[in-house]
Amino acid sequence: MAGVSLGCVYALVALGFVLIYKATETVNFAQGDLMMLGAFFALTASVMMGWPYWATILFAITVMAVVGMLIERIVLRPVLGQPAFTVVMITIGVGYVMRGVVTMIPGWGTDTHQIATPFAEAIWNVGGVVLPVQQLGVIAMTAALCAVLYLFFRFSRLGVAMQATSQNQLAAYYMGIPVRRVNMMIWGLSAGVAAFAGILLAPATFIHSNMGFIGLKAFPAAVLGGFGSVPGAIVGGLIIGVVEALAGYYLPEGFKDVAAYVVLLVVLMVRPSGIFGETARKKV
Amino acid sequence: MSFFKVEHLGIRFGGVVAVDNVGFEVKRGEVFTIIGPNGAGKTTIFNLIGLIYPATRGRILYQGRELTGLPPHRVAELGIARTFQNIELFEHATVLQNLLIGRHRHRRTSLWREMLFTSSVRQAEIAQREAVEKVIDFLELAKVRDSLVAGLPYGVRKVVELGRALATEPRLLLLDEPSSGLNPEETDDMAFWIEDIKRHLGITVLMVEHDMNLVSRVSDRVLALNMGSVIAEGTAAEVQAHPAVVEAYLGKAA
Repeated sequence: MAGVSLGCVYALVALGFVLIYKATETVNFAQGDLMMLGAFFALTASVMMGWPYWATILFAITVMAVVGMLIERIVLRPVLGQPAFTVVMITIGVGYVMRGVVTMIPGWGTDTHQIATPFAEAIWNVGGVVLPVQQLGVIAMTAALCAVLYLFFRFSRLGVAMQATSQNQLAAYYMGIPVRRVNMMIWGLSAGVAAFAGILLAPATFIHSNMGFIGLKAFPAAVLGGFGSVPGAIVGGLIIGVVEALAGYYLPEGFKDVAAYVVLLVVLMVRPSGIFGETARKKV
Repeated sequence: MSFFKVEHLGIRFGGVVAVDNVGFEVKRGEVFTIIGPNGAGKTTIFNLIGLIYPATRGRILYQGRELTGLPPHRVAELGIARTFQNIELFEHATVLQNLLIGRHRHRRTSLWREMLFTSSVRQAEIAQREAVEKVIDFLELAKVRDSLVAGLPYGVRKVVELGRALATEPRLLLLDEPSSGLNPEETDDMAFWIEDIKRHLGITVLMVEHDMNLVSRVSDRVLALNMGSVIAEGTAAEVQAHPAVVEAYLGKAA
């Protein structure tokens, strides 16, 4: 259960990687730091302003969506058309800057913080199996977010435009889709999802300026699912979470941290394009 | 006011002048074809009209309105659609979904109303679907309606792309080598559709094409291009017989 709920967080961060990768073909290495920043905004709303949990979530997602769009507009659009490597380096830099800025803000700093959740320490006892409500809450909320995202991509005009843009930018232009604006929206969406992940993760690891390093676990989750596949990111995140939890329980000390990468290596040997990856075959 | 007009159009990539001082006018309701040897700048002109490339010089006037300087996604909104020489479809979507995306410019519903799925959204969706079904009937795509584009043969994809362009309900349709890669039978169908598009749908067609049989059959007027410049203009027969065109394709007589 602990594995699944942690896996949900990995899945959400991985989802952020995948969304941006699919649409813009660049990897955003600041994804984990976006999550960290989102958690800090939640902290501000929850502890400093005393808002209720649900309002906190909405606040953090909204603010982060705006931050994501600003990053795209201000930092990334000027380098549009440069090699992917340039963009990757910029996202790494953006991540560093965010980590640095967070420690300078009064009330945030380098300390470890905690936010109150309605789930607290309650426990459900279902037929002898002890289920912590906290973790059930994380799983339920992840499932709900996935459902909302599915409906958004499947049925809304903007969601369909995002899919079109990720499949063929040139054709999307000719369909009258403002591709650049859609890319900006995708950054916003991705940062919003990251904020959500940060809030869910907060009770488990607390909030601090280095919590973004969880991105290092979410990255193999995204690769595992086949980079570029949304359901793959979710499944990949869950697998990594569960494997980690089991490794921490059954295997000697230290295996927990490498388990994710071992699984990744094994899967990539068997299926080089990931579980849900498309086997791109070049036709000649 | 002319329907569509290009004046002194030019673009240079570094030291290469790909299109140089090209001017022509397309009348409402005609099929206007651009021919020329490889590298003559035909597709570049299409990319300039689609605003994918910014023109180095010159103007593009559409229904009295200047296109140059607009963002590229506005082109579809103004009623200009295009197909590509090397098919640019949404590969991982079905034929129906590809055509529905063509309706994007006609959808006006907001995200909030879509979330609630109000009756106005429902009616709009039905209307879009009806418009797409008309295109499917017209191009006889019913059989492949729910197939993924990635699995379709080349000839069918070419038709799907034409369908997607038609689904946007354009007033001006740009066809970039509609017959390339098609067998004679498919080319024949294509010629038939282009004639129908002009006659029954009343859409003006601007086309780039190599197959001179197709060009002669459907074109009202032809423009020949070589090395980025206009070398001849007139009916298909006139242009084919023009000495500069013969020279461009076959070289100078020794």
